[in-house]
Amino acid sequence: MTDSSEDTKGTAAAAPEKAAQPAAFLDVRDLKVHFPTDDGVVKSVDGLTFSLEKGKTLGIVGESGSGKSVTSLAVMGLHRAARQQRSKVTMSGEIWLDGKELVSADPDEVRRLRGREMAMIFQDPLSALHPFYSVGTQIVEAYRVHHAVDKKTARKRAVEMLDRVGIPQPDKRVDDHPHQFSGGMRQRAMIAMALVNNPELLIADEPTTALDVTVQAQILDLIRDLQKEFGSAVIIITHDLGVVAELADDLLVMYGGRCVERGPAEKVFSAPQHPYTWGLLGSMPRIDRDQTDRLIPVKGSPPSLINVPSGCAFNPRCPYADVPEDNLTRTVRPELREVGGGHFSACHLPQEERERIWTEEIAPKL
Amino acid sequence: MTDTTDDQSKKIPLQKGTEAAKAPADPAPLLRVRGLVRHFPITKGLLKRQTGAVQAVDGIDFDVRPGETLGVVGESGCGKSTMGRLITRLDEPTGGSIEFQGRDITHLSPGRLRPMRRDVQMIFQDPYGSLNPRHTIGGIVSTPFRLQGVEPEGGVKKEVQRLLELVGLSPEHYNRYPHEFSGGQRQRIGIARALALKPKLVVADEPVSALDVSIQAQVVNLMDDLQEELGLTYVIIAHDLSVIRHVSDRIAVMYLGKIVELSDRKALYETPMHPYTKALLSAVPVPDPKRRTQRDRILLKGDVPSPIDPPSGCRFRTRCWKATEVCATTEPPLVALRTGHQVACHHPENAGDPAPAAAPPAEGPAGSKASTGE
Repeated sequence: MTDSSEDTKGTAAAAPEKAAQPAAFLDVRDLKVHFPTDDGVVKSVDGLTFSLEKGKTLGIVGESGSGKSVTSLAVMGLHRAARQQRSKVTMSGEIWLDGKELVSADPDEVRRLRGREMAMIFQDPLSALHPFYSVGTQIVEAYRVHHAVDKKTARKRAVEMLDRVGIPQPDKRVDDHPHQFSGGMRQRAMIAMALVNNPELLIADEPTTALDVTVQAQILDLIRDLQKEFGSAVIIITHDLGVVAELADDLLVMYGGRCVERGPAEKVFSAPQHPYTWGLLGSMPRIDRDQTDRLIPVKGSPPSLINVPSGCAFNPRCPYADVPEDNLTRTVRPELREVGGGHFSACHLPQEERERIWTEEIAPKL
Repeated sequence: MTDTTDDQSKKIPLQKGTEAAKAPADPAPLLRVRGLVRHFPITKGLLKRQTGAVQAVDGIDFDVRPGETLGVVGESGCGKSTMGRLITRLDEPTGGSIEFQGRDITHLSPGRLRPMRRDVQMIFQDPYGSLNPRHTIGGIVSTPFRLQGVEPEGGVKKEVQRLLELVGLSPEHYNRYPHEFSGGQRQRIGIARALALKPKLVVADEPVSALDVSIQAQVVNLMDDLQEELGLTYVIIAHDLSVIRHVSDRIAVMYLGKIVELSDRKALYETPMHPYTKALLSAVPVPDPKRRTQRDRILLKGDVPSPIDPPSGCRFRTRCWKATEVCATTEPPLVALRTGHQVACHHPENAGDPAPAAAPPAEGPAGSKASTGE
């Protein structure tokens, strides 16, 4: 089902001008998404940079309001429609997908890419699927938008996809409506719809948050298998560090619309380099340990995105905010700096100090 | 099952040892639930003929001992929330009995329940839905006093401010409205309200699942502290097995309206005996990428069957890899296979020494795998 249906796709995807830019498949540079409101400008994403290769999985973690979902919508170009109408979303920076720049691109151009080159799985399949149309109809529609085939062929393809994502009796269930599916099956159907055009970039926004653990395990396995099979790049957005640890090769931790730490997942988990990441790890009860001590929560609550604290956005909640001299944490915004091996951290603490705190104070308590 | 012990049972603790089927040497339970059933009727047609029932809770037995935290886990639709509403008597049981401090409260009228409500309080999941947006925080937290006609020492306002401080809010918040607070703060308000009347038992239904991780930890710690300070007993209902492991002393695992395993925390997580528990635990993602490859995960097939028409015999058999013919015909009873470890299974895991009662006859060994009815 991979190569045979590539046919129509090859022409459009044959990168027109690769000269312009980067080597990475997806390259996001200094992305900013701001929403003006009556209370002030909501800086949902405020200078985010990352890249992703084909066949790799990037996990974006953060709490509610950290800008992770807005990032994914921006990549999909889903804020654009809003921009042209009343609400004036402002987007700046660059998003390069396979050699094409999306932020400044023509909306029609982005629409052609959406669904075919990049697709998205949403958190709540019940509201992402249309209740009136059968699941099959919706998958057929998604396929025919990008492929000039007749309904019969498209339907065959839909059945094939439903089968691939593990829906039993796909030839019968294809005519069912979303309400006839269970939560897990709906999520599978949505994955089928997202993958029907063999997209090269798949964004999954909290794909398992609404599901029970046993079903979550099934869906995570499915995403992993499909990625192996299709070789696509995957961005998985979640608040659950466990889910990220299952799937991601790279990890990006967001706080207050910015990236505070980024690097290979194993490094970020084994030697995290930002106090916020420590806080997340300390807040989490662990299933794999019989720990009866208290959790170590982050004090306070996440910042308002209208009034992000100056300097390091995390400074009001950071127990180490006073360690760097000259009030640095409250006045200067820390840049992402490499700490080694593709692992970046945006923190004013000197690296030796950070490593000392992690090994001596934080790690033993986790 | 309901040996109707009346009020005296808690005053004569010597008798408790004679009660059969329970772990010996328990203190008198604070809450005692036997054969609890709640069926929601499904009606059809103009005459509302009953054509079936959602068997949300279908015969569960457990005790809650004073001072402990009983965790209740299960997937959506297993009946854990219905159970919570039944033991707080927000809902009327279809059958079975609930005793609180030795007193049968199963079918008490609302008026007669009122004094009991002082001792049993509930914390709700959704901190947005559970606070009236048009009332001030002071109004919300003082409602229990008004309803119960209690006049606390030093006046209501002073007591409310003390409660706000107790849960980590500022007394100045008294005149503010819920929308001015974040999710975590709202949950604290809900906790302050639940604690206003100094309850003995607090039932918390998913108290932290709507909160962000960093806030979740704050609320979990707060509940821990309050338990220690006020000697509370908790029943915490949650779907998150990591949270349950952290907060509970004993844990009940529910599946389709039944308790399939009831055990203390350590035994449950280290040597789960019910296949469902084992699968559930193995499905939880562990935040450690290195362990990704070395875990043996049990993937359950399919979905939870409908509680309208649950499978015969053991309800888990349609998804169980160990199911045999007995499982389809006989319902396994919840029996103690070890001290303090009750399981309802014909083929329990980790049952090193052969179980006394639940003789598992080796029927078709591995051959007859469960037909996963999808």
